[in-house]
Amino acid sequence: MVNQSRGDRAVEWVIVFLLSVVLVVVIYPLLYVVSASVSDPLAILKGEIWLLPKGFNLDAYVKVFNNQDIIKGYTNTFIYTIVGTVINLIMTTAAAYPLSRKDFYGRNVINLIIVFTMFFSGGMVPMYLLVKNLHMLNTMWAVVLPGAISVWNMVIMRTYFQSSIPFEIQESASIDGCSNLGILTRIILPLSAPIMAVMVLFYAVGHWNAFMSALIYLTDRDKFPLQVILREILIQNQVDEMASVVDDTLIQYMMDVEALKYAIVIVANIPVFILYPFLQKYFVKGVMIGALKG
Amino acid sequence: MKGSIMPAEATAPVKKLRTRPFKLMKRNWDLYLLMVPVMLYFVIFEYAPMYGVQIAFKDFMARFGIGGSPWVGFKHFERFFDSYYFERLMLNTLGIGVYELLVGFPIPILLALMINEVRSSKFKRTVQTVTYAPHFLSTVVVVGMLFLFLSNTGIVNQLLRLFGIEPISFMTEPGWFKTLYVFSGVWQQMGWSSIVYLAALAAVDPQLHEAARVDGASRLRRIWHINLPGIMPTIVILLILNVGRILSVGFEKVFLMQNELNMQTSDVISTYVYRTGIMGAQYSYSAAIGLFNSVVVFVMLVLVNWIARKVNETSLW
Repeated sequence: MVNQSRGDRAVEWVIVFLLSVVLVVVIYPLLYVVSASVSDPLAILKGEIWLLPKGFNLDAYVKVFNNQDIIKGYTNTFIYTIVGTVINLIMTTAAAYPLSRKDFYGRNVINLIIVFTMFFSGGMVPMYLLVKNLHMLNTMWAVVLPGAISVWNMVIMRTYFQSSIPFEIQESASIDGCSNLGILTRIILPLSAPIMAVMVLFYAVGHWNAFMSALIYLTDRDKFPLQVILREILIQNQVDEMASVVDDTLIQYMMDVEALKYAIVIVANIPVFILYPFLQKYFVKGVMIGALKG
Repeated sequence: MKGSIMPAEATAPVKKLRTRPFKLMKRNWDLYLLMVPVMLYFVIFEYAPMYGVQIAFKDFMARFGIGGSPWVGFKHFERFFDSYYFERLMLNTLGIGVYELLVGFPIPILLALMINEVRSSKFKRTVQTVTYAPHFLSTVVVVGMLFLFLSNTGIVNQLLRLFGIEPISFMTEPGWFKTLYVFSGVWQQMGWSSIVYLAALAAVDPQLHEAARVDGASRLRRIWHINLPGIMPTIVILLILNVGRILSVGFEKVFLMQNELNMQTSDVISTYVYRTGIMGAQYSYSAAIGLFNSVVVFVMLVLVNWIARKVNETSLW
């Protein structure tokens, strides 16, 4: 390594400093939420918490787990995520595999039909009318079926099939009398664990965090996913608070709700936090494959 | 894996491609079977709404259905263009789009260029792990955090009080809406958006740096003359996509941050469509607004792509 000039060293220090600032800016709000969730609500309202928790207690978490809305929402989100992701995987594979094959006659036309939907769509209202006409309003299907295939994910998967699995293997299997479906289930899928992991994560996080489709298509409280409940507690509540006059009973109420809010943010993201190490590794891989193509 | 793209494509036997279509289709019948549910999905959930968009030119009445409702031409479009909301919606949508592009687009590039310069792999990994994390939070949680931090009792106003500044009601103040929207977006997405550029930077030939170093080029010069041109194609592609989509400001986050008090700066096309269409059941009118928006976005995308191809020889298609 050539010795660095003084100017170059200075540049390096400036960069490390700037990145440290970025690091603090990103991580501080997250740490603050964690601290506030285990603190005494009064300390939060008084503004005594800056980084470390004060008056450590887990009351807020107890309250979160005793809240029927949250439990129900959590369960619903779990179901939607699992059902939705299974549908996504089957449908995306069913689209990506034939389109990855050079000898699939008509692939260009089908590809065009599919990719066009990335750039143009009917929009919110015709979509709503469709879901209504299919009698899917207020059912799980309204949340899991639209968006069953993300074109972007399909392209990533197709690219993987084309670039990472040698076509010769498929050819020789075909000569040995293996059907295309046989090739898919016995050769392609066993070799596709990394891309499947990427897809599971992409789709599952998408379902876990989904809000808009539930907002538009669901009106029945029993069917609300977690994010809709979260919105009620974190956002709608807050606006009401600001609008009303502050008195003593309200302060007590605010204290209860305040602590709960930080805890609920943590609880809502527990599955994502647990998955994060895998998420990061595989997601980055997914973005890279996507970038390669794009 | 990266290097194998070309060989894999090249090995697809040429002979096969020349086989008669009918023979190919017969041999691959099960591939078509696989495509059946896929095509059904696209027809039902993507193309049927496009067919349904004709209600923008009709007076939609449920009992006649989409096909049977009477045509009214551009009535709903005219009503929208003449409405009191038109100007406000366009200005807000465009304002947020441009603001987001100006701030949100360059920051990930700078971040990637900086991360690429870090020698300590431990520090590098830490920066990446931390900055990617907010990407996985839901929009509801991010907006919820904004409310928590920026409310009257939140940490930001506590800090202001400490310096003797009057607390600001950020979330209901119209003047703050766009800034909060854009910068919380940067906070959440800058790390994630930098991945693409980091991938492009990894592909820059190290020999170029070696040669430049021998010639005495400083670090900044090497970043400017080697790394930046190296990732330029990626930048251009993403710029096309972003400029093209300037008018397609996402619904979710704006909707969540919106309240009666900041409506003046926070009302955008998609939230208006939601209010009049889904809430107010004015299906035809709101479908017209939605269609107007999609068409403008589509045309802009094609236009920007065309310009980029003329100027830069890089394009989406």
